[in-house]
Amino acid sequence: MNNEHDWPLYEIFIRAKSGLDHKHVGSLHATDARMALEHARDLYTRRQEGVSIWAVRSTDIVASDPAESDAFFEPARDKVYRHPTFYDIPDEVKTL
Amino acid sequence: MTPRCRYVLRLADTNLVLAQRLGEWVGHAPALEEDLGLANVSLDLLGQARLLLAHAGVLEGRGRGEDELAYLREESEYLNLTLVEQPNGDFGDTMVRQFLFDAWQAALYDGLAHCRDAALAAIAAKGAREAAYHLRYSSGWVERLGDVTPESHARVARSLAALWPFTNELFADDEVDRTAAAEGLGLLPSTLEPAWSAQVEGTLARATLARPAPAPYGWYGKQGRHSEHLGYLLAEMQSLRRAHPGATW
Repeated sequence: MNNEHDWPLYEIFIRAKSGLDHKHVGSLHATDARMALEHARDLYTRRQEGVSIWAVRSTDIVASDPAESDAFFEPARDKVYRHPTFYDIPDEVKTL
Repeated sequence: MTPRCRYVLRLADTNLVLAQRLGEWVGHAPALEEDLGLANVSLDLLGQARLLLAHAGVLEGRGRGEDELAYLREESEYLNLTLVEQPNGDFGDTMVRQFLFDAWQAALYDGLAHCRDAALAAIAAKGAREAAYHLRYSSGWVERLGDVTPESHARVARSLAALWPFTNELFADDEVDRTAAAEGLGLLPSTLEPAWSAQVEGTLARATLARPAPAPYGWYGKQGRHSEHLGYLLAEMQSLRRAHPGATW
Protein backbone atom coordinates (compact mmCIF):
# COMPACT_ATOMS: atom_id res chain seq x y z
CA MET A 1 0.00 0.00 0.00
CA ASN A 2 2.94 2.30 -0.57
CA ASN A 3 1.27 4.40 -3.27
CA GLU A 4 -1.39 5.61 -0.90
CA HIS A 5 0.74 8.48 0.29
CA ASP A 6 0.93 9.94 -3.21
CA TRP A 7 -2.83 10.18 -3.42
CA PRO A 8 -4.44 13.45 -2.29
CA LEU A 9 -6.67 13.46 0.76
CA TYR A 10 -10.37 14.26 0.40
CA GLU A 11 -12.80 15.21 3.16
CA ILE A 12 -16.15 13.47 2.85
CA PHE A 13 -19.55 14.88 3.76
CA ILE A 14 -22.70 12.75 3.75
CA ARG A 15 -26.36 13.82 3.73
CA ALA A 16 -28.22 11.17 5.71
CA LYS A 17 -31.58 11.95 4.13
CA SER A 18 -33.28 14.65 2.12
CA GLY A 19 -33.70 17.88 4.03
CA LEU A 20 -30.79 17.33 6.42
CA ASP A 21 -27.37 18.96 6.14
CA HIS A 22 -24.30 17.25 4.81
CA LYS A 23 -22.20 16.17 7.79
CA HIS A 24 -18.48 15.54 7.85
CA VAL A 25 -17.88 11.79 8.24
CA GLY A 26 -14.16 11.38 7.62
CA SER A 27 -11.50 11.49 4.96
CA LEU A 28 -9.96 9.18 2.37
CA HIS A 29 -7.32 9.03 -0.35
CA ALA A 30 -8.17 9.15 -4.06
CA THR A 31 -6.37 10.10 -7.25
CA ASP A 32 -9.23 12.26 -8.55
CA ALA A 33 -12.71 13.54 -7.77
CA ARG A 34 -14.52 10.65 -9.42
CA MET A 35 -12.56 8.12 -7.41
CA ALA A 36 -13.14 10.11 -4.23
CA LEU A 37 -16.92 9.76 -4.70
CA GLU A 38 -16.62 6.04 -5.41
CA HIS A 39 -14.42 5.42 -2.39
CA ALA A 40 -16.76 7.51 -0.23
CA ARG A 41 -19.69 5.44 -1.45
CA ASP A 42 -17.88 2.21 -0.61
CA LEU A 43 -16.45 3.38 2.72
CA TYR A 44 -19.20 5.50 4.21
CA THR A 45 -22.56 4.45 2.72
CA ARG A 46 -22.35 0.66 3.02
CA ARG A 47 -25.18 0.61 5.54
CA GLN A 48 -27.48 3.11 3.89
CA GLU A 49 -25.97 6.05 5.75
CA GLY A 50 -26.57 8.53 2.98
CA VAL A 51 -28.42 9.85 -0.05
CA SER A 52 -25.82 12.39 -1.15
CA ILE A 53 -22.04 12.73 -0.95
CA TRP A 54 -19.79 15.78 -1.10
CA ALA A 55 -16.05 15.36 -1.50
CA VAL A 56 -13.65 18.26 -0.99
CA ARG A 57 -9.88 18.24 -1.39
CA SER A 58 -8.52 18.66 2.14
CA THR A 59 -6.07 21.27 0.87
CA ASP A 60 -9.02 23.39 -0.31
CA ILE A 61 -10.41 23.73 3.19
CA VAL A 62 -9.42 26.90 5.05
CA ALA A 63 -9.19 26.14 8.76
CA SER A 64 -8.78 28.30 11.84
CA ASP A 65 -5.45 27.91 13.62
CA PRO A 66 -5.66 26.08 16.99
CA ALA A 67 -2.87 28.40 18.23
CA GLU A 68 -5.20 31.33 17.71
CA SER A 69 -8.18 29.75 19.40
CA ASP A 70 -8.00 32.16 22.37
CA ALA A 71 -8.22 35.17 20.09
CA PHE A 72 -10.95 33.58 18.02
CA PHE A 73 -13.20 32.04 20.63
CA GLU A 74 -12.36 33.34 24.12
CA PRO A 75 -14.11 36.74 23.66
CA ALA A 76 -17.49 35.02 23.27
CA ARG A 77 -17.16 33.16 26.55
CA ASP A 78 -18.19 35.98 28.93
CA LYS A 79 -20.99 37.38 26.77
CA VAL A 80 -23.83 35.34 28.19
CA TYR A 81 -26.30 38.04 27.10
CA ARG A 82 -25.91 36.71 23.58
CA HIS A 83 -27.85 33.63 24.67
CA PRO A 84 -31.62 34.34 24.67
CA THR A 85 -32.07 33.04 28.23
CA PHE A 86 -33.35 36.24 29.89
CA TYR A 87 -36.87 36.19 28.58
CA ASP A 88 -39.91 35.04 30.54
CA ILE A 89 -41.67 32.51 28.41
CA PRO A 90 -45.46 32.25 28.95
CA ASP A 91 -46.48 28.75 30.01
CA GLU A 92 -48.80 28.43 27.02
CA VAL A 93 -45.85 28.58 24.64
CA LYS A 94 -44.66 25.02 24.24
CA THR A 95 -42.33 24.91 21.31
CA LEU A 96 -40.14 28.00 21.46
CA MET B 1 -30.16 -31.24 -15.97
CA THR B 2 -32.50 -29.20 -18.15
CA PRO B 3 -31.17 -26.41 -20.41
CA ARG B 4 -33.06 -23.92 -18.27
CA CYS B 5 -31.25 -25.09 -15.14
CA ARG B 6 -27.87 -25.15 -16.89
CA TYR B 7 -28.47 -21.62 -18.15
CA VAL B 8 -29.02 -20.34 -14.59
CA LEU B 9 -26.12 -22.38 -13.23
CA ARG B 10 -23.75 -20.79 -15.76
CA LEU B 11 -24.69 -17.35 -14.49
CA ALA B 12 -24.36 -18.48 -10.88
CA ASP B 13 -20.94 -20.08 -11.38
CA THR B 14 -19.62 -17.09 -13.30
CA ASN B 15 -20.55 -14.81 -10.40
CA LEU B 16 -19.26 -17.18 -7.74
CA VAL B 17 -15.86 -17.72 -9.37
CA LEU B 18 -15.32 -14.01 -9.95
CA ALA B 19 -16.37 -13.22 -6.37
CA GLN B 20 -13.77 -15.72 -5.14
CA ARG B 21 -11.09 -14.18 -7.37
CA LEU B 22 -11.84 -10.66 -6.12
CA GLY B 23 -11.80 -11.94 -2.57
CA GLU B 24 -8.14 -12.89 -3.08
CA TRP B 25 -7.36 -9.16 -3.17
CA VAL B 26 -8.51 -8.54 0.39
CA GLY B 27 -5.50 -7.33 2.34
CA HIS B 28 -3.41 -6.94 -0.83
CA ALA B 29 -4.98 -4.04 -2.75
CA PRO B 30 -2.79 -1.02 -3.62
CA ALA B 31 -4.69 1.20 -1.16
CA LEU B 32 -6.97 0.60 1.80
CA GLU B 33 -9.82 2.28 -0.09
CA GLU B 34 -9.39 -0.12 -3.03
CA ASP B 35 -9.34 -3.06 -0.64
CA LEU B 36 -12.86 -2.11 0.43
CA GLY B 37 -13.94 -1.30 -3.12
CA LEU B 38 -12.90 -4.72 -4.42
CA ALA B 39 -14.44 -6.49 -1.44
CA ASN B 40 -17.72 -4.64 -2.04
CA VAL B 41 -17.84 -5.80 -5.66
CA SER B 42 -16.95 -9.32 -4.58
CA LEU B 43 -19.74 -9.43 -2.00
CA ASP B 44 -22.29 -8.04 -4.47
CA LEU B 45 -21.39 -10.80 -6.91
CA LEU B 46 -21.47 -13.41 -4.16
CA GLY B 47 -24.91 -12.26 -3.08
CA GLN B 48 -26.18 -12.63 -6.64
CA ALA B 49 -24.45 -16.02 -6.93
CA ARG B 50 -26.24 -17.31 -3.84
CA LEU B 51 -29.65 -16.33 -5.23
CA LEU B 52 -28.80 -17.85 -8.61
CA LEU B 53 -27.47 -21.08 -7.09
CA ALA B 54 -30.55 -21.48 -4.92
CA HIS B 55 -32.73 -20.91 -7.99
CA ALA B 56 -30.71 -23.45 -10.01
CA GLY B 57 -31.13 -25.93 -7.16
CA VAL B 58 -34.90 -25.52 -7.29
CA LEU B 59 -34.94 -25.90 -11.08
CA GLU B 60 -32.78 -29.02 -10.83
CA GLY B 61 -35.26 -30.56 -8.38
CA ARG B 62 -32.79 -32.94 -6.72
CA GLY B 63 -32.74 -31.21 -3.38
CA ARG B 64 -29.32 -29.60 -3.78
CA GLY B 65 -29.06 -26.19 -2.15
CA GLU B 66 -26.59 -23.37 -2.73
CA ASP B 67 -23.93 -24.94 -0.48
CA GLU B 68 -24.00 -28.35 -2.17
CA LEU B 69 -23.79 -26.71 -5.58
CA ALA B 70 -20.99 -24.35 -4.61
CA TYR B 71 -18.81 -26.68 -2.55
CA LEU B 72 -19.43 -30.19 -3.79
CA ARG B 73 -19.16 -29.98 -7.57
CA GLU B 74 -16.01 -30.83 -9.51
CA GLU B 75 -14.20 -28.60 -11.93
CA SER B 76 -15.85 -30.11 -15.01
CA GLU B 77 -19.28 -29.52 -13.44
CA TYR B 78 -18.58 -25.81 -13.07
CA LEU B 79 -20.12 -23.84 -15.92
CA ASN B 80 -18.59 -20.37 -15.50
CA LEU B 81 -17.19 -18.26 -18.31
CA THR B 82 -13.45 -18.83 -18.73
CA LEU B 83 -12.73 -15.11 -18.44
CA VAL B 84 -13.60 -14.89 -14.75
CA GLU B 85 -11.36 -17.77 -13.63
CA GLN B 86 -8.24 -16.06 -15.01
CA PRO B 87 -5.75 -15.14 -12.27
CA ASN B 88 -5.82 -11.69 -10.73
CA GLY B 89 -2.39 -10.72 -12.09
CA ASP B 90 -1.59 -7.13 -11.22
CA PHE B 91 -4.21 -4.53 -10.33
CA GLY B 92 -4.54 -3.53 -14.00
CA ASP B 93 -5.17 -7.13 -15.07
CA THR B 94 -7.91 -7.38 -12.46
CA MET B 95 -9.52 -4.11 -13.52
CA VAL B 96 -9.49 -5.01 -17.23
CA ARG B 97 -11.02 -8.42 -16.47
CA GLN B 98 -13.60 -6.70 -14.28
CA PHE B 99 -14.42 -4.08 -16.88
CA LEU B 100 -14.88 -6.62 -19.71
CA PHE B 101 -17.13 -8.61 -17.38
CA ASP B 102 -19.10 -5.67 -15.95
CA ALA B 103 -19.97 -4.33 -19.40
CA TRP B 104 -21.28 -7.78 -20.29
CA GLN B 105 -23.21 -8.27 -17.04
CA ALA B 106 -24.82 -4.83 -17.21
CA ALA B 107 -26.19 -5.63 -20.68
CA LEU B 108 -27.21 -9.12 -19.55
CA TYR B 109 -29.16 -7.98 -16.48
CA ASP B 110 -30.92 -5.22 -18.41
CA GLY B 111 -32.29 -7.88 -20.73
CA LEU B 112 -32.92 -10.63 -18.18
CA ALA B 113 -34.96 -8.28 -16.00
CA HIS B 114 -37.75 -8.78 -18.56
CA CYS B 115 -37.48 -12.54 -19.08
CA ARG B 116 -40.34 -14.97 -18.34
CA ASP B 117 -38.55 -16.66 -15.44
CA ALA B 118 -39.94 -14.48 -12.62
CA ALA B 119 -37.24 -15.43 -10.09
CA LEU B 120 -34.43 -14.85 -12.56
CA ALA B 121 -35.98 -11.55 -13.64
CA ALA B 122 -36.10 -10.38 -10.02
CA ILE B 123 -32.46 -11.35 -9.41
CA ALA B 124 -31.46 -9.51 -12.60
CA ALA B 125 -33.44 -6.40 -11.70
CA LYS B 126 -31.69 -6.24 -8.32
CA GLY B 127 -28.32 -7.07 -9.84
CA ALA B 128 -28.64 -4.45 -12.59
CA ARG B 129 -28.17 -1.62 -10.11
CA GLU B 130 -25.10 -3.30 -8.65
CA ALA B 131 -23.69 -4.06 -12.09
CA ALA B 132 -24.13 -0.43 -13.16
CA TYR B 133 -22.02 0.68 -10.20
CA HIS B 134 -19.38 -2.01 -10.79
CA LEU B 135 -19.10 -0.83 -14.38
CA ARG B 136 -18.65 2.76 -13.27
CA TYR B 137 -15.87 1.66 -10.90
CA SER B 138 -13.96 -0.62 -13.28
CA SER B 139 -14.34 1.60 -16.37
CA GLY B 140 -13.00 4.51 -14.32
CA TRP B 141 -9.88 2.52 -13.52
CA VAL B 142 -9.36 1.39 -17.11
CA GLU B 143 -9.61 5.01 -18.25
CA ARG B 144 -7.20 6.19 -15.56
CA LEU B 145 -4.61 3.48 -16.13
CA GLY B 146 -4.81 3.85 -19.89
CA ASP B 147 -4.44 7.59 -19.89
CA VAL B 148 -2.16 8.49 -16.98
CA THR B 149 1.46 7.44 -17.51
CA PRO B 150 3.33 5.62 -20.31
CA GLU B 151 4.07 2.81 -17.86
CA SER B 152 0.43 2.32 -16.85
CA HIS B 153 -0.72 2.64 -20.47
CA ALA B 154 1.70 -0.05 -21.66
CA ARG B 155 0.80 -2.40 -18.84
CA VAL B 156 -2.97 -2.04 -19.16
CA ALA B 157 -2.65 -2.49 -22.94
CA ARG B 158 -0.89 -5.80 -22.25
CA SER B 159 -3.68 -6.79 -19.83
CA LEU B 160 -6.28 -6.03 -22.49
CA ALA B 161 -4.45 -8.04 -25.15
CA ALA B 162 -4.06 -11.01 -22.79
CA LEU B 163 -7.71 -11.08 -21.67
CA TRP B 164 -9.38 -10.17 -24.97
CA PRO B 165 -9.36 -13.76 -26.37
CA PHE B 166 -11.65 -14.81 -23.50
CA THR B 167 -14.37 -12.38 -24.59
CA ASN B 168 -15.41 -14.58 -27.54
CA GLU B 169 -17.13 -16.90 -25.13
CA LEU B 170 -19.30 -14.08 -23.73
CA PHE B 171 -21.25 -13.96 -27.00
CA ALA B 172 -21.07 -17.56 -28.23
CA ASP B 173 -24.53 -19.17 -28.45
CA ASP B 174 -24.90 -22.90 -27.90
CA GLU B 175 -27.81 -25.32 -27.58
CA VAL B 176 -28.43 -24.44 -23.91
CA ASP B 177 -28.67 -20.73 -24.73
CA ARG B 178 -30.88 -21.31 -27.75
CA THR B 179 -33.33 -23.49 -25.80
CA ALA B 180 -33.52 -21.08 -22.84
CA ALA B 181 -33.92 -18.08 -25.15
CA ALA B 182 -36.58 -19.77 -27.27
CA GLU B 183 -38.69 -20.31 -24.16
CA GLY B 184 -38.15 -16.71 -23.02
CA LEU B 185 -36.27 -17.95 -19.96
CA GLY B 186 -32.89 -16.54 -20.94
CA LEU B 187 -31.06 -14.37 -23.45
CA LEU B 188 -29.10 -15.37 -26.52
CA PRO B 189 -25.53 -14.29 -25.66
CA SER B 190 -24.88 -13.00 -29.17
CA THR B 191 -27.61 -10.38 -28.68
CA LEU B 192 -25.55 -8.75 -25.91
CA GLU B 193 -22.62 -7.98 -28.18
CA PRO B 194 -23.75 -4.62 -29.63
CA ALA B 195 -24.39 -3.01 -26.21
CA TRP B 196 -21.15 -4.46 -24.84
CA SER B 197 -19.15 -3.26 -27.84
CA ALA B 198 -20.54 0.26 -27.56
CA GLN B 199 -19.60 0.43 -23.87
CA VAL B 200 -16.16 -1.10 -24.39
CA GLU B 201 -15.28 1.13 -27.32
CA GLY B 202 -16.32 4.28 -25.47
CA THR B 203 -14.21 3.42 -22.45
CA LEU B 204 -11.21 2.28 -24.50
CA ALA B 205 -11.35 5.52 -26.48
CA ARG B 206 -11.26 7.57 -23.25
CA ALA B 207 -8.44 5.33 -22.03
CA THR B 208 -6.55 5.94 -25.33
CA LEU B 209 -6.44 2.17 -25.80
CA ALA B 210 -7.08 0.40 -29.11
CA ARG B 211 -9.62 -2.39 -29.34
CA PRO B 212 -7.68 -5.63 -29.94
CA ALA B 213 -8.29 -7.66 -33.09
CA PRO B 214 -10.78 -10.52 -32.75
CA ALA B 215 -9.17 -13.68 -31.41
CA PRO B 216 -9.42 -16.69 -33.71
CA TYR B 217 -10.21 -19.33 -31.10
CA GLY B 218 -12.79 -19.89 -28.42
CA TRP B 219 -13.03 -21.05 -24.83
CA TYR B 220 -15.66 -23.38 -23.44
CA GLY B 221 -15.78 -22.87 -19.68
CA LYS B 222 -19.56 -22.62 -19.75
CA GLN B 223 -19.61 -26.17 -21.10
CA GLY B 224 -17.34 -27.36 -18.29
CA ARG B 225 -14.02 -27.27 -20.22
CA HIS B 226 -11.82 -24.86 -18.31
CA SER B 227 -8.39 -23.27 -18.39
CA GLU B 228 -5.81 -24.67 -15.97
CA HIS B 229 -6.62 -22.04 -13.35
CA LEU B 230 -10.08 -23.06 -12.14
CA GLY B 231 -8.97 -26.25 -10.37
CA TYR B 232 -6.71 -24.37 -7.97
CA LEU B 233 -9.40 -21.81 -7.22
CA LEU B 234 -11.98 -24.50 -6.43
CA ALA B 235 -9.50 -26.48 -4.33
CA GLU B 236 -8.98 -23.46 -2.09
CA MET B 237 -12.65 -22.44 -2.05
CA GLN B 238 -13.96 -25.94 -1.31
CA SER B 239 -11.25 -27.25 1.03
CA LEU B 240 -12.92 -26.31 4.31
CA ARG B 241 -16.27 -27.78 3.37
CA ARG B 242 -14.71 -30.97 2.07
CA ALA B 243 -12.45 -31.40 5.11
CA HIS B 244 -15.25 -30.70 7.60
CA PRO B 245 -18.57 -31.84 6.12
CA GLY B 246 -21.53 -30.20 7.82
CA ALA B 247 -19.39 -27.68 9.72
CA THR B 248 -21.25 -24.57 10.87
CA TRP B 249 -20.20 -21.26 12.38
